[in-house]
Amino acid sequence: MLNFVVRRLLAMLPVLLAVSLLTFLIASLLPGDLALVVLGDQATPENVAALRRDMGLDQPLWWRYLSWLGHVLQGDLGRSFRTGQTVLQAVAERIPVSLQLMLMAEFIGLLIGVPVAIACAARAGGAFDRFMTGSAFAILSMPSFLVAILLIYLFAVELHWLPATGYVPFSEEPLDNLRFFVLPALTLALAEWPGIMRVLRSDMIATLQEDYIALAKAKGLKPARILFVHALKPSSLTLVTVTGINIGRLLGGTLIVESIFALPGIGRLLVGAIYTRDLVILQGVVLLVACGFVIVNFIVDMLYAVLDPRIRHGHA
Amino acid sequence: MSTLLTIADVAVELPTPRGNLRAVDHVDLSLEAGRTLGIVGESGCGKTMLSRAVLQLLPKKAKLTGRVMFDGQDLARLAPESLRRLRGRDLAVVFQDPMTSLNPVLTIGTQLMETIQEHLELDAPAAKARSIELLAAVGIPAPEQRLAQYPHQCSGGMRQRIAIAIALSCEPKLLIADEPTTALDVTIQAQILDLLAREQRRRHMAMIIITHDLGVVAGRADEVAVMYAGRVVERAPTPALFKRMHMPYTEALLAAIPKLDAAPHTPLPAISGRPPDPTRPLRGCSFAPRCRYAAGRCHEAKPALTSAETPGHLYACFHPIQMAAGVDA
Repeated sequence: MLNFVVRRLLAMLPVLLAVSLLTFLIASLLPGDLALVVLGDQATPENVAALRRDMGLDQPLWWRYLSWLGHVLQGDLGRSFRTGQTVLQAVAERIPVSLQLMLMAEFIGLLIGVPVAIACAARAGGAFDRFMTGSAFAILSMPSFLVAILLIYLFAVELHWLPATGYVPFSEEPLDNLRFFVLPALTLALAEWPGIMRVLRSDMIATLQEDYIALAKAKGLKPARILFVHALKPSSLTLVTVTGINIGRLLGGTLIVESIFALPGIGRLLVGAIYTRDLVILQGVVLLVACGFVIVNFIVDMLYAVLDPRIRHGHA
Repeated sequence: MSTLLTIADVAVELPTPRGNLRAVDHVDLSLEAGRTLGIVGESGCGKTMLSRAVLQLLPKKAKLTGRVMFDGQDLARLAPESLRRLRGRDLAVVFQDPMTSLNPVLTIGTQLMETIQEHLELDAPAAKARSIELLAAVGIPAPEQRLAQYPHQCSGGMRQRIAIAIALSCEPKLLIADEPTTALDVTIQAQILDLLAREQRRRHMAMIIITHDLGVVAGRADEVAVMYAGRVVERAPTPALFKRMHMPYTEALLAAIPKLDAAPHTPLPAISGRPPDPTRPLRGCSFAPRCRYAAGRCHEAKPALTSAETPGHLYACFHPIQMAAGVDA
């Protein structure tokens, strides 16, 4: 098992290196002169040249990459030349919002998707299965801004149960904080559960055809035990993969949902950085988000091993 | 001796895109407590479907008619909950392929103990002790360490022993062994069959051995039923059958077993042709197209099971073989 963890960790290194290179290239290949952006239209060519020298922009690309990477490895991702905030400060300010949104959305998504998938698979082709599979398609084809507006209309405007927009940190008003997050999390979860449901349902249906399920029935086990112990665990590998991808994606923020519900998350930080050509922030945040994605996938790999002993022992 | 299992007029039909497939065609069989019945036939003859009908593990779309009386209850009409209490406790099964019949993500201990704790009122330590006993009884070395292992850490023969231990765990009255040795190495086959026979005697349980190999049932079953195209075509106490078989199909099955004393390079007399398409039943005897004795009437009408001179010996043939079989068929 330790061997497996070490191998997986080593495999992450080249991925992270490639991520850093791509992040750097994307940011430096954006058109426009950074020094000109900082100084504005009125800058004299001398001032621009001086700033370019100061920022190292006159150096070749590879040298700039290595020097940036060197700083990154020392924990220095740079500082916004607009606000003076460091990348880490900016991310630290925004990440709790995106993290909480991600956790709540995935939790609600799994809470809906997993039981529905199990119920559908247990009676595949039955009325409930056909109804839910159809509904999943219908909901999946609705764009999130539409879902968000419908939810706001129903729960905020008509019923007055929940606030439409706004944010307070959890540490200040825990209950209000949760109330602000319900609708955005629900909006995301409604887009998440059909995918969760569909992969788990089809894996469960395949598992339920297995000989060991027939044997579990022949052993006289309770139907719930067969479904939840014998069938669910071997069917959840794809589910874990999909959940990992969802988490990674939501870590990077969700621009549309954050904008509609006025949540100060990573998504809005990134778009703001693009609009203001704040390349240092853009580059740093993309790198951190990509690293988060890689780490989540590492955790997914570890979960595979937990779920399937054959992977743990290197048999599959 | 009391009758434990009576299969009365059981038929199984499966809907297929090409029409209904009659997998089991009105079969009658019975088995007394503590006895062994061998069901023999080639692939697709319906022997596995028949065993699934007894276990009530048929595919959802299959249609079962007839009665499966087990211990005074008709399994086909039993409520799901009563059936569940019966399965695993009184009625146990060993499947053909031990590579797929054990759950790959659960430990051997879990798979053994869950059956024991489901049906017997034992706490976890007692169930564990019983599991260790069972594994030792089926010949697993270091049984206590095995409990924490997963199926993929065991060989095929070992896994089949574990599957047998699971089947034996609640002292069933009837054990159905569905081709228990087909997926195993030849060297392991005899060991597994001997193990089954020994545990059967020790526990006084009845057993149904399903196989395509007449050699497997020869010394081990009290009675043999030969199936062909969903029907029982010959049924007899084992000694009577091997002494004098009447059905040409049985004879052909026996001839298809390689013999140790045959000269090298003797071609094996395989049964030519294929079994009939089960979605297009024949008017006459199902075996007639492949039978070397078939004559006019065989293609016109189905022979019914008829009694031979030996008590308990039934055969379905218009032209039964009269010679002593087993010599040179």
